[in-house]
Amino acid sequence: MRYLRLIAVGVSFRVREFTVSRWFLLMCLLQPVIFATIAFYMFKAGGRPGTLLYAALGAGMMGIWSSTLFGSGGALQWNRWQGTLELLVAAPPPFIVVLLPLTIATSITGAYSLLATVFWGRVFFDVPLHLVHPALFLLAVPAAVLSLGLMGLLMASSFILYRHANALSNLLEYPVWVATGLLFPLALLPGWVAPISWLLAPRWGIDAIRHSALGGSVWFPIAMCALTGAVYLGLAAVFLRVFERAARARATLALT
Amino acid sequence: MAVIEVIGLRRTYRTTTGIVRRRPLEVEAVRGISFEVAEGRLFGLLGPNGAGKTTTIKMLITLLLPTAGEARVLGHDVVRDAREVRKGIGYVFGGERGLYERLSGLDNLRYFAELYGVTGRRQRERIDEVLELVGLRGRERERVEGYSRGMRQRLHIARGILHDPEVVFLDEPTIGVDPVGARELRAMIAGLVDAGKTVLLTTHYMFEADSLCDRIAVIARGRIVAEGTPAELKTRVADSSVVEVEVFGVEERELSRIRELPGVTSVSLEERDQAQIVTIQSPRGLELTQELPAFLDGARIGRIAAREPTLEDAYVALVTEATE
Repeated sequence: MRYLRLIAVGVSFRVREFTVSRWFLLMCLLQPVIFATIAFYMFKAGGRPGTLLYAALGAGMMGIWSSTLFGSGGALQWNRWQGTLELLVAAPPPFIVVLLPLTIATSITGAYSLLATVFWGRVFFDVPLHLVHPALFLLAVPAAVLSLGLMGLLMASSFILYRHANALSNLLEYPVWVATGLLFPLALLPGWVAPISWLLAPRWGIDAIRHSALGGSVWFPIAMCALTGAVYLGLAAVFLRVFERAARARATLALT
Repeated sequence: MAVIEVIGLRRTYRTTTGIVRRRPLEVEAVRGISFEVAEGRLFGLLGPNGAGKTTTIKMLITLLLPTAGEARVLGHDVVRDAREVRKGIGYVFGGERGLYERLSGLDNLRYFAELYGVTGRRQRERIDEVLELVGLRGRERERVEGYSRGMRQRLHIARGILHDPEVVFLDEPTIGVDPVGARELRAMIAGLVDAGKTVLLTTHYMFEADSLCDRIAVIARGRIVAEGTPAELKTRVADSSVVEVEVFGVEERELSRIRELPGVTSVSLEERDQAQIVTIQSPRGLELTQELPAFLDGARIGRIAAREPTLEDAYVALVTEATE
Protein backbone atom coordinates (compact mmCIF):
# COMPACT_ATOMS: atom_id res chain seq x y z
CA MET A 1 0.00 0.00 0.00
CA ARG A 2 2.86 2.32 0.93
CA TYR A 3 4.51 1.68 -2.42
CA LEU A 4 1.26 2.38 -4.32
CA ARG A 5 1.03 5.71 -2.53
CA LEU A 6 4.68 6.41 -3.31
CA ILE A 7 4.07 5.66 -7.00
CA ALA A 8 1.02 7.96 -7.09
CA VAL A 9 2.83 10.80 -5.31
CA GLY A 10 5.90 10.21 -7.48
CA VAL A 11 3.88 10.43 -10.71
CA SER A 12 2.28 13.69 -9.59
CA PHE A 13 5.70 15.08 -8.57
CA ARG A 14 7.30 14.12 -11.88
CA VAL A 15 4.43 15.37 -14.06
CA ARG A 16 4.73 18.72 -12.25
CA GLU A 17 8.48 18.70 -12.76
CA PHE A 18 8.16 18.05 -16.51
CA THR A 19 5.27 20.45 -16.96
CA VAL A 20 7.22 23.39 -15.54
CA SER A 21 9.88 22.75 -18.20
CA ARG A 22 8.77 24.84 -21.17
CA TRP A 23 11.27 23.10 -23.41
CA PHE A 24 9.84 19.67 -22.61
CA LEU A 25 6.30 20.93 -23.14
CA LEU A 26 7.26 22.50 -26.44
CA MET A 27 8.71 19.18 -27.58
CA CYS A 28 5.50 17.39 -26.57
CA LEU A 29 3.23 19.87 -28.33
CA LEU A 30 5.08 21.31 -31.29
CA GLN A 31 6.78 18.27 -32.81
CA PRO A 32 3.63 16.10 -33.07
CA VAL A 33 1.67 19.03 -34.49
CA ILE A 34 4.28 19.43 -37.22
CA PHE A 35 4.15 15.73 -38.04
CA ALA A 36 0.36 15.77 -37.93
CA THR A 37 0.26 18.70 -40.35
CA ILE A 38 2.54 16.89 -42.82
CA ALA A 39 0.43 13.74 -42.49
CA PHE A 40 -2.82 15.68 -43.04
CA TYR A 41 -1.51 17.16 -46.28
CA MET A 42 -0.17 13.79 -47.43
CA PHE A 43 -3.47 12.06 -46.75
CA LYS A 44 -5.41 14.91 -48.41
CA ALA A 45 -3.12 14.83 -51.45
CA GLY A 46 -3.63 11.08 -51.63
CA GLY A 47 -7.38 11.63 -51.76
CA ARG A 48 -8.01 9.83 -48.47
CA PRO A 49 -9.59 12.54 -46.31
CA GLY A 50 -11.54 9.95 -44.33
CA THR A 51 -8.33 8.81 -42.66
CA LEU A 52 -7.40 12.20 -41.19
CA LEU A 53 -8.33 11.06 -37.68
CA TYR A 54 -6.15 8.00 -38.29
CA ALA A 55 -3.25 10.36 -39.04
CA ALA A 56 -4.02 12.64 -36.04
CA LEU A 57 -4.02 9.73 -33.61
CA GLY A 58 -0.83 8.30 -35.11
CA ALA A 59 0.95 11.66 -34.82
CA GLY A 60 -0.23 11.97 -31.22
CA MET A 61 1.11 8.51 -30.43
CA MET A 62 4.43 9.48 -32.04
CA GLY A 63 4.59 12.30 -29.51
CA ILE A 64 3.89 9.94 -26.60
CA TRP A 65 6.64 7.61 -27.81
CA SER A 66 9.14 10.46 -28.23
CA SER A 67 8.32 11.85 -24.81
CA THR A 68 8.72 8.42 -23.21
CA LEU A 69 11.92 7.68 -25.09
CA PHE A 70 13.67 10.96 -24.41
CA GLY A 71 11.99 11.51 -21.06
CA SER A 72 12.95 8.15 -19.56
CA GLY A 73 16.55 8.30 -20.72
CA GLY A 74 16.95 12.05 -20.43
CA ALA A 75 15.28 12.31 -17.03
CA LEU A 76 17.62 9.75 -15.54
CA GLN A 77 20.60 11.51 -17.05
CA TRP A 78 19.19 14.82 -15.85
CA ASN A 79 18.88 13.38 -12.34
CA ARG A 80 22.49 12.27 -12.60
CA TRP A 81 23.55 15.76 -13.71
CA GLN A 82 21.70 17.53 -10.93
CA GLY A 83 23.01 15.09 -8.34
CA THR A 84 19.63 13.60 -7.41
CA LEU A 85 20.16 10.12 -8.89
CA GLU A 86 22.28 9.09 -5.92
CA LEU A 87 19.58 10.33 -3.55
CA LEU A 88 16.97 8.24 -5.33
CA VAL A 89 19.11 5.09 -5.33
CA ALA A 90 20.02 5.52 -1.65
CA ALA A 91 16.38 5.90 -0.59
CA PRO A 92 14.97 2.89 1.32
CA PRO A 93 12.26 1.73 -1.17
CA PRO A 94 13.24 -0.63 -4.00
CA PHE A 95 14.58 1.47 -6.86
CA ILE A 96 11.92 0.21 -9.25
CA VAL A 97 9.25 1.89 -7.10
CA VAL A 98 11.20 5.16 -7.27
CA LEU A 99 11.89 4.96 -11.01
CA LEU A 100 8.49 3.77 -12.22
CA PRO A 101 6.68 7.08 -11.50
CA LEU A 102 9.33 8.91 -13.49
CA THR A 103 8.83 6.87 -16.64
CA ILE A 104 5.04 6.81 -16.34
CA ALA A 105 5.10 10.58 -15.94
CA THR A 106 7.02 10.94 -19.21
CA SER A 107 4.27 9.00 -21.00
CA ILE A 108 1.52 11.01 -19.31
CA THR A 109 3.23 14.24 -20.31
CA GLY A 110 3.52 12.74 -23.80
CA ALA A 111 -0.26 12.32 -23.85
CA TYR A 112 -0.42 16.10 -24.22
CA SER A 113 0.72 15.33 -27.78
CA LEU A 114 -2.42 13.34 -28.48
CA LEU A 115 -4.60 16.19 -27.27
CA ALA A 116 -2.57 18.65 -29.34
CA THR A 117 -2.79 16.71 -32.62
CA VAL A 118 -6.50 16.01 -32.26
CA PHE A 119 -7.19 19.67 -31.40
CA TRP A 120 -4.99 20.87 -34.27
CA GLY A 121 -6.69 18.53 -36.73
CA ARG A 122 -10.16 19.55 -35.59
CA VAL A 123 -9.53 23.30 -35.75
CA PHE A 124 -7.40 23.58 -38.90
CA PHE A 125 -8.21 20.50 -40.96
CA ASP A 126 -11.83 19.75 -40.03
CA VAL A 127 -10.91 16.29 -38.83
CA PRO A 128 -14.14 14.58 -37.73
CA LEU A 129 -14.11 13.72 -34.05
CA HIS A 130 -16.68 10.99 -34.15
CA LEU A 131 -15.46 8.09 -32.00
CA VAL A 132 -16.92 4.64 -32.65
CA HIS A 133 -16.36 3.45 -29.03
CA PRO A 134 -15.94 6.57 -26.86
CA ALA A 135 -15.89 4.63 -23.56
CA LEU A 136 -13.27 2.21 -24.85
CA PHE A 137 -11.26 5.15 -26.19
CA LEU A 138 -11.06 6.45 -22.61
CA LEU A 139 -9.71 3.05 -21.58
CA ALA A 140 -7.37 2.63 -24.56
CA VAL A 141 -5.49 5.89 -23.99
CA PRO A 142 -4.42 5.17 -20.39
CA ALA A 143 -3.63 1.56 -21.34
CA ALA A 144 -1.34 2.80 -24.11
CA VAL A 145 0.23 5.44 -21.87
CA LEU A 146 0.86 2.95 -19.07
CA SER A 147 2.38 0.30 -21.34
CA LEU A 148 4.68 2.90 -22.88
CA GLY A 149 5.67 4.07 -19.40
CA LEU A 150 6.61 0.50 -18.53
CA MET A 151 8.61 0.23 -21.74
CA GLY A 152 10.37 3.44 -20.66
CA LEU A 153 11.14 1.76 -17.33
CA LEU A 154 12.80 -1.14 -19.13
CA MET A 155 14.92 1.25 -21.19
CA ALA A 156 15.78 3.42 -18.20
CA SER A 157 17.03 0.39 -16.28
CA SER A 158 20.04 0.26 -18.59
CA PHE A 159 20.56 4.02 -18.39
CA ILE A 160 21.40 3.71 -14.68
CA LEU A 161 24.44 1.59 -15.49
CA TYR A 162 25.74 3.26 -18.63
CA ARG A 163 26.18 7.01 -18.29
CA HIS A 164 25.70 7.73 -21.99
CA ALA A 165 23.20 5.02 -22.86
CA ASN A 166 20.48 7.60 -23.39
CA ALA A 167 22.30 8.54 -26.61
CA LEU A 168 20.64 5.37 -27.96
CA SER A 169 17.36 7.27 -27.69
CA ASN A 170 18.23 9.09 -30.90
CA LEU A 171 18.53 5.79 -32.74
CA LEU A 172 15.25 4.37 -31.51
CA GLU A 173 12.82 7.19 -32.27
CA TYR A 174 12.21 6.82 -36.03
CA PRO A 175 12.48 3.01 -36.35
CA VAL A 176 9.78 2.54 -33.72
CA TRP A 177 7.53 5.10 -35.39
CA VAL A 178 7.78 3.10 -38.61
CA ALA A 179 7.85 -0.43 -37.18
CA THR A 180 4.76 0.03 -35.03
CA GLY A 181 2.50 1.51 -37.69
CA LEU A 182 2.23 4.99 -36.23
CA LEU A 183 2.85 6.67 -39.60
CA PHE A 184 1.26 4.23 -42.01
CA PRO A 185 -0.30 0.75 -41.84
CA LEU A 186 2.05 -2.14 -41.07
CA ALA A 187 0.57 -4.00 -44.02
CA LEU A 188 2.61 -1.72 -46.30
CA LEU A 189 5.88 -2.94 -44.72
CA PRO A 190 7.76 -6.22 -45.36
CA GLY A 191 6.39 -9.23 -43.50
CA TRP A 192 9.34 -9.54 -41.11
CA VAL A 193 8.49 -6.19 -39.48
CA ALA A 194 5.24 -7.48 -37.97
CA PRO A 195 6.82 -9.92 -35.45
CA ILE A 196 9.09 -7.11 -34.25
CA SER A 197 6.11 -4.83 -33.74
CA TRP A 198 4.41 -7.46 -31.55
CA LEU A 199 7.11 -6.87 -28.92
CA LEU A 200 6.63 -3.12 -28.88
CA ALA A 201 3.98 -1.42 -26.76
CA PRO A 202 3.37 1.49 -29.21
CA ARG A 203 2.05 -1.05 -31.75
CA TRP A 204 -0.67 -2.28 -29.38
CA GLY A 205 -1.26 1.19 -27.96
CA ILE A 206 -1.98 2.74 -31.34
CA ASP A 207 -4.12 -0.25 -32.38
CA ALA A 208 -6.21 0.13 -29.21
CA ILE A 209 -6.62 3.89 -29.70
CA ARG A 210 -7.34 3.72 -33.44
CA HIS A 211 -9.73 0.79 -33.19
CA SER A 212 -11.71 2.49 -30.41
CA ALA A 213 -11.92 5.66 -32.49
CA LEU A 214 -12.37 4.27 -36.01
CA GLY A 215 -13.74 0.80 -35.36
CA GLY A 216 -12.20 -2.63 -34.95
CA SER A 217 -11.20 -4.96 -32.16
CA VAL A 218 -10.29 -2.96 -29.04
CA TRP A 219 -10.00 -5.53 -26.28
CA PHE A 220 -7.25 -7.57 -27.91
CA PRO A 221 -4.79 -4.65 -28.30
CA ILE A 222 -5.67 -3.47 -24.77
CA ALA A 223 -4.89 -6.95 -23.47
CA MET A 224 -1.61 -6.90 -25.42
CA CYS A 225 -0.80 -3.52 -23.86
CA ALA A 226 -1.28 -5.15 -20.45
CA LEU A 227 0.76 -8.21 -21.41
CA THR A 228 3.70 -6.32 -22.92
CA GLY A 229 3.59 -3.94 -19.94
CA ALA A 230 3.78 -6.86 -17.50
CA VAL A 231 6.72 -8.37 -19.40
CA TYR A 232 8.54 -5.01 -19.41
CA LEU A 233 7.88 -4.64 -15.66
CA GLY A 234 9.23 -8.11 -14.90
CA LEU A 235 12.36 -7.62 -17.01
CA ALA A 236 12.94 -4.14 -15.56
CA ALA A 237 12.67 -5.52 -12.01
CA VAL A 238 15.41 -8.07 -12.76
CA PHE A 239 17.60 -5.62 -14.69
CA LEU A 240 17.30 -2.91 -12.04
CA ARG A 241 18.33 -5.26 -9.26
CA VAL A 242 21.37 -6.37 -11.23
CA PHE A 243 22.22 -2.97 -12.72
CA GLU A 244 21.82 -1.06 -9.45
CA ARG A 245 24.38 -3.30 -7.79
CA ALA A 246 26.65 -3.06 -10.83
CA ALA A 247 26.33 0.75 -10.79
CA ARG A 248 27.36 0.77 -7.10
CA ALA A 249 30.35 -1.42 -7.98
CA ARG A 250 31.37 0.63 -11.00
CA ALA A 251 30.56 4.01 -9.42
CA THR A 252 28.39 5.22 -12.31
CA LEU A 253 25.62 6.80 -10.24
CA ALA A 254 27.37 10.14 -10.03
CA LEU A 255 29.21 12.16 -12.61
CA THR A 256 32.39 12.22 -10.54
CA MET B 1 28.35 1.31 21.65
CA ALA B 2 29.74 1.87 18.16
CA VAL B 3 27.08 3.06 15.73
CA ILE B 4 29.50 3.17 12.81
CA GLU B 5 32.18 0.46 12.52
CA VAL B 6 34.68 0.50 9.69
CA ILE B 7 37.18 -2.34 9.39
CA GLY B 8 39.90 -2.39 6.73
CA LEU B 9 37.70 -0.66 4.18
CA ARG B 10 39.12 -0.33 0.68
CA ARG B 11 37.85 1.09 -2.57
CA THR B 12 39.57 0.91 -5.93
CA TYR B 13 38.18 2.69 -8.98
CA ARG B 14 38.80 0.99 -12.29
CA THR B 15 38.82 3.14 -15.38
CA THR B 16 40.65 3.39 -18.69
CA THR B 17 43.10 5.86 -20.13
CA GLY B 18 43.91 6.70 -23.75
CA ILE B 19 41.61 7.34 -26.69
CA VAL B 20 42.53 4.86 -29.41
CA ARG B 21 44.38 2.24 -27.39
CA ARG B 22 42.65 2.08 -24.05
CA ARG B 23 44.64 0.92 -21.09
CA PRO B 24 43.08 -0.10 -17.78
CA LEU B 25 43.83 2.21 -14.88
CA GLU B 26 43.26 1.54 -11.19
CA VAL B 27 42.99 4.29 -8.63
CA GLU B 28 43.09 3.30 -4.97
CA ALA B 29 40.88 5.92 -3.34
CA VAL B 30 40.60 4.28 0.09
CA ARG B 31 43.35 1.92 1.28
CA GLY B 32 42.21 -0.11 4.23
CA ILE B 33 40.87 2.35 6.79
CA SER B 34 39.38 1.43 10.16
CA PHE B 35 37.57 3.55 12.72
CA GLU B 36 34.54 3.55 15.00
CA VAL B 37 32.02 6.22 15.91
CA ALA B 38 30.21 5.93 19.23
CA GLU B 39 26.52 6.71 19.65
CA GLY B 40 25.70 10.42 19.98
CA ARG B 41 29.19 11.54 18.94
CA LEU B 42 30.37 13.82 16.21
CA PHE B 43 33.25 12.24 14.36
CA GLY B 44 35.27 14.24 11.84
CA LEU B 45 37.00 12.84 8.80
CA LEU B 46 39.53 15.46 7.89
CA GLY B 47 41.65 15.49 4.78
CA PRO B 48 42.64 17.36 1.63
CA ASN B 49 40.78 17.08 -1.68
CA GLY B 50 41.09 13.58 -3.12
CA ALA B 51 42.04 12.03 0.24
CA GLY B 52 39.15 9.53 0.12
CA LYS B 53 36.62 11.26 2.40
CA THR B 54 33.68 11.29 0.00
CA THR B 55 34.43 7.75 -1.19
CA THR B 56 34.36 6.58 2.44
CA ILE B 57 31.02 8.30 3.07
CA LYS B 58 29.54 6.90 -0.15
CA MET B 59 30.47 3.39 0.94
CA LEU B 60 28.90 3.95 4.35
CA ILE B 61 25.64 5.26 2.88
CA THR B 62 25.49 2.28 0.47
CA LEU B 63 26.10 4.22 -2.76
CA LEU B 64 29.38 2.47 -3.47
CA LEU B 65 30.39 -1.12 -2.87
CA PRO B 66 33.71 -1.53 -1.04
CA THR B 67 36.43 -3.41 -2.89
CA ALA B 68 37.49 -5.04 0.40
CA GLY B 69 36.94 -4.75 4.13
CA GLU B 70 33.64 -4.28 5.89
CA ALA B 71 31.53 -1.57 7.45
CA ARG B 72 28.45 -1.60 9.65
CA VAL B 73 26.06 1.22 10.39
CA LEU B 74 23.59 0.73 13.25
CA GLY B 75 24.75 -2.89 13.29
CA HIS B 76 23.80 -3.49 9.64
CA ASP B 77 26.34 -4.44 7.01
CA VAL B 78 26.49 -1.75 4.31
CA VAL B 79 26.66 -4.34 1.52
CA ARG B 80 24.37 -7.14 2.68
CA ASP B 81 21.77 -5.06 4.56
CA ALA B 82 21.80 -1.93 2.41
CA ARG B 83 18.06 -1.29 2.81
CA GLU B 84 18.22 -1.47 6.61
CA VAL B 85 21.15 0.94 6.61
CA ARG B 86 19.27 3.34 4.32
CA LYS B 87 16.27 3.45 6.65
CA GLY B 88 18.32 4.62 9.62
CA ILE B 89 20.57 7.22 8.06
CA GLY B 90 20.40 10.70 6.58
CA TYR B 91 23.10 12.31 4.51
CA VAL B 92 23.96 15.69 3.11
CA PHE B 93 26.44 16.40 0.34
CA GLY B 94 28.01 19.82 0.11
CA GLY B 95 27.56 21.99 -2.99
CA GLU B 96 24.62 23.12 -5.03
CA ARG B 97 23.60 19.87 -6.66
CA GLY B 98 21.14 17.31 -5.34
CA LEU B 99 17.89 19.30 -5.44
CA TYR B 100 15.01 19.60 -7.90
CA GLU B 101 15.74 23.12 -9.09
CA ARG B 102 12.54 23.81 -11.00
CA LEU B 103 10.32 22.94 -8.06
CA SER B 104 9.90 24.64 -4.71
CA GLY B 105 11.73 23.78 -1.52
CA LEU B 106 8.44 22.47 -0.14
CA ASP B 107 7.92 20.21 -3.18
CA ASN B 108 11.41 18.82 -2.65
CA LEU B 109 10.79 18.13 1.03
CA ARG B 110 7.38 16.54 0.42
CA TYR B 111 8.81 14.20 -2.19
CA PHE B 112 11.72 13.08 -0.02
CA ALA B 113 9.38 12.70 2.96
CA GLU B 114 7.34 10.24 0.88
CA LEU B 115 10.49 8.38 -0.17
CA TYR B 116 11.36 7.91 3.50
CA GLY B 117 7.86 6.90 4.52
CA VAL B 118 7.00 10.12 6.38
CA THR B 119 3.39 10.62 5.34
CA GLY B 120 0.14 12.35 6.29
CA ARG B 121 -0.03 14.59 9.34
CA ARG B 122 3.42 13.52 10.51
CA GLN B 123 4.81 14.77 7.19
CA ARG B 124 3.28 18.23 7.62
CA GLU B 125 4.50 18.47 11.21
CA ARG B 126 7.99 17.26 10.38
CA ILE B 127 8.36 19.59 7.37
CA ASP B 128 7.33 22.50 9.61
CA GLU B 129 9.89 21.46 12.22
CA VAL B 130 12.81 21.15 9.81
CA LEU B 131 11.93 24.39 7.99
CA GLU B 132 12.00 26.14 11.35
CA LEU B 133 15.25 24.42 12.32
CA VAL B 134 17.10 25.39 9.14
CA GLY B 135 15.57 28.86 8.98
CA LEU B 136 13.77 28.48 5.65
CA ARG B 137 10.26 29.15 6.91
CA GLY B 138 8.55 31.66 4.63
CA ARG B 139 10.77 30.79 1.64
CA GLU B 140 9.63 27.19 1.17
CA ARG B 141 7.20 27.92 -1.66
CA GLU B 142 9.85 29.57 -3.85
CA ARG B 143 11.55 27.62 -6.61
CA VAL B 144 14.93 26.22 -5.56
CA GLU B 145 16.61 27.72 -8.65
CA GLY B 146 16.19 31.13 -6.98
CA TYR B 147 17.81 30.03 -3.69
CA SER B 148 21.24 31.27 -2.62
CA ARG B 149 23.97 28.72 -1.97
CA GLY B 150 23.43 28.99 1.79
CA MET B 151 19.69 28.41 1.40
CA ARG B 152 20.30 25.37 -0.78
CA GLN B 153 22.63 23.97 1.83
CA ARG B 154 19.98 24.51 4.51
CA LEU B 155 17.47 22.72 2.31
CA HIS B 156 19.95 19.86 1.88
CA ILE B 157 20.18 19.55 5.66
CA ALA B 158 16.40 19.75 6.02
CA ARG B 159 16.06 16.95 3.49
CA GLY B 160 18.74 14.88 5.20
CA ILE B 161 17.09 14.95 8.64
CA LEU B 162 13.45 14.97 7.52
CA HIS B 163 12.86 11.36 8.55
CA ASP B 164 14.59 11.89 11.90
CA PRO B 165 17.48 9.47 11.24
CA GLU B 166 19.69 8.17 14.03
CA VAL B 167 22.88 8.70 12.05
CA VAL B 168 23.66 11.70 9.85
CA PHE B 169 26.49 11.83 7.31
CA LEU B 170 27.60 15.32 6.32
CA ASP B 171 30.03 15.60 3.41
CA GLU B 172 31.62 19.06 3.47
CA PRO B 173 28.31 20.74 4.33
CA THR B 174 29.71 24.27 4.58
CA ILE B 175 31.72 24.25 1.37
CA GLY B 176 31.23 27.46 -0.60
CA VAL B 177 28.89 28.98 1.98
CA ASP B 178 29.63 32.54 3.18
CA PRO B 179 31.14 32.90 6.70
CA VAL B 180 27.89 33.93 8.41
CA GLY B 181 25.93 31.16 6.71
CA ALA B 182 28.67 28.64 7.54
CA ARG B 183 28.58 29.63 11.19
CA GLU B 184 24.82 29.10 11.28
CA LEU B 185 25.22 25.72 9.60
CA ARG B 186 27.81 24.73 12.21
CA ALA B 187 25.40 25.71 14.97
CA MET B 188 22.80 23.53 13.26
CA ILE B 189 25.22 20.59 13.15
CA ALA B 190 26.03 21.03 16.84
CA GLY B 191 22.26 21.02 17.45
CA LEU B 192 21.97 17.61 15.77
CA VAL B 193 24.43 16.11 18.25
CA ASP B 194 22.61 17.81 21.13
CA ALA B 195 19.46 16.09 19.87
CA GLY B 196 21.21 12.72 20.25
CA LYS B 197 22.18 12.05 16.63
CA THR B 198 25.45 10.39 15.69
CA VAL B 199 27.17 12.51 13.07
CA LEU B 200 30.02 11.74 10.70
CA LEU B 201 31.33 14.96 9.19
CA THR B 202 33.92 15.37 6.47
CA THR B 203 35.60 18.70 6.06
CA HIS B 204 38.89 20.26 5.15
CA TYR B 205 38.26 23.27 7.36
CA MET B 206 40.34 22.79 10.47
CA PHE B 207 38.52 25.22 12.72
CA GLU B 208 35.26 23.50 11.81
CA ALA B 209 36.59 20.13 12.90
CA ASP B 210 38.15 21.66 16.00
CA SER B 211 34.99 23.40 17.12
CA LEU B 212 32.54 20.59 16.33
CA CYS B 213 34.16 17.16 16.57
CA ASP B 214 34.59 14.88 19.57
CA ARG B 215 37.11 12.84 17.62
CA ILE B 216 38.91 13.38 14.36
CA ALA B 217 40.56 11.02 11.90
CA VAL B 218 42.99 12.65 9.50
CA ILE B 219 42.89 10.94 6.12
CA ALA B 220 45.46 11.41 3.35
CA ARG B 221 45.91 9.41 0.16
CA GLY B 222 43.26 6.96 1.29
CA ARG B 223 44.85 6.14 4.64
CA ILE B 224 44.10 7.33 8.13
CA VAL B 225 47.31 8.96 9.31
CA ALA B 226 46.14 10.02 12.78
CA GLU B 227 43.09 9.71 14.99
CA GLY B 228 42.19 11.28 18.31
CA THR B 229 40.47 14.16 20.01
CA PRO B 230 41.35 17.64 18.72
CA ALA B 231 43.47 18.14 21.87
CA GLU B 232 45.35 14.88 21.28
CA LEU B 233 46.11 15.83 17.70
CA LYS B 234 47.38 19.22 18.81
CA THR B 235 49.90 17.60 21.17
CA ARG B 236 51.56 16.07 18.09
CA VAL B 237 52.90 19.51 17.24
CA ALA B 238 53.30 20.78 20.83
CA ASP B 239 57.08 20.65 20.49
CA SER B 240 57.04 22.56 17.23
CA SER B 241 57.21 26.20 16.44
CA VAL B 242 55.57 27.88 13.50
CA VAL B 243 56.78 30.79 11.45
CA GLU B 244 54.41 32.64 9.13
CA VAL B 245 55.86 34.78 6.38
CA GLU B 246 53.76 37.18 4.33
CA VAL B 247 55.16 37.28 0.80
CA PHE B 248 54.23 38.52 -2.65
CA GLY B 249 55.21 36.51 -5.74
CA VAL B 250 56.80 33.44 -4.16
CA GLU B 251 57.25 30.41 -6.40
CA GLU B 252 57.52 26.66 -5.84
CA ARG B 253 61.30 26.83 -6.39
CA GLU B 254 61.76 28.96 -3.26
CA LEU B 255 59.45 26.75 -1.19
CA SER B 256 61.42 23.66 -2.19
CA ARG B 257 64.61 25.30 -0.97
CA ILE B 258 63.02 26.00 2.42
CA ARG B 259 61.76 22.40 2.63
CA GLU B 260 65.33 21.21 2.31
CA LEU B 261 66.51 23.28 5.29
CA PRO B 262 67.65 21.03 8.17
CA GLY B 263 64.91 20.64 10.81
CA VAL B 264 62.01 21.99 8.69
CA THR B 265 59.11 19.54 9.04
CA SER B 266 56.54 21.15 6.73
CA VAL B 267 56.07 24.11 4.44
CA SER B 268 52.68 25.20 3.15
CA LEU B 269 51.44 28.07 1.05
CA GLU B 270 48.10 29.85 1.35
CA GLU B 271 46.76 32.59 -0.88
CA ARG B 272 45.22 35.35 1.25
CA ASP B 273 43.78 38.36 -0.61
CA GLN B 274 46.67 39.94 -2.54
CA ALA B 275 49.37 38.25 -0.46
CA GLN B 276 50.63 34.72 0.05
CA ILE B 277 51.29 33.25 3.47
CA VAL B 278 54.12 30.71 3.77
CA THR B 279 53.81 28.63 6.96
CA ILE B 280 56.92 26.79 8.09
CA GLN B 281 56.98 24.23 10.92
CA SER B 282 60.13 23.17 12.68
CA PRO B 283 61.14 21.78 16.08
CA ARG B 284 60.90 24.29 18.92
CA GLY B 285 64.16 26.14 19.43
CA LEU B 286 65.19 26.17 15.79
CA GLU B 287 65.65 29.80 14.81
CA LEU B 288 64.52 30.37 11.23
CA THR B 289 63.35 33.97 11.09
CA GLN B 290 66.84 35.34 10.39
CA GLU B 291 67.61 32.83 7.63
CA LEU B 292 64.33 32.84 5.76
CA PRO B 293 64.64 36.09 3.77
CA ALA B 294 67.73 34.70 2.02
CA PHE B 295 65.73 31.66 0.88
CA LEU B 296 62.87 33.79 -0.41
CA ASP B 297 65.11 35.66 -2.77
CA GLY B 298 63.08 37.17 -5.58
CA ALA B 299 59.82 37.47 -3.63
CA ARG B 300 58.73 40.64 -1.84
CA ILE B 301 58.60 39.88 1.89
CA GLY B 302 56.09 41.42 4.28
CA ARG B 303 55.54 40.49 7.90
CA ILE B 304 57.40 37.58 9.54
CA ALA B 305 55.95 36.21 12.78
CA ALA B 306 56.48 33.18 15.00
CA ARG B 307 53.45 31.69 16.80
CA GLU B 308 52.23 28.68 18.78
CA PRO B 309 51.09 25.67 16.69
CA THR B 310 47.36 25.09 16.16
CA LEU B 311 45.29 22.06 15.10
CA GLU B 312 45.67 23.26 11.54
CA ASP B 313 49.45 23.01 11.88
CA ALA B 314 49.09 19.49 13.25
CA TYR B 315 46.91 18.62 10.26
CA VAL B 316 49.30 20.17 7.75
CA ALA B 317 52.23 18.32 9.32
CA LEU B 318 50.35 15.00 9.21
CA VAL B 319 49.18 15.43 5.63
CA THR B 320 52.59 16.64 4.46
CA GLU B 321 54.24 13.66 6.07
CA ALA B 322 51.74 11.28 4.50
CA THR B 323 51.99 12.70 1.00
CA GLU B 324 55.77 13.12 0.80
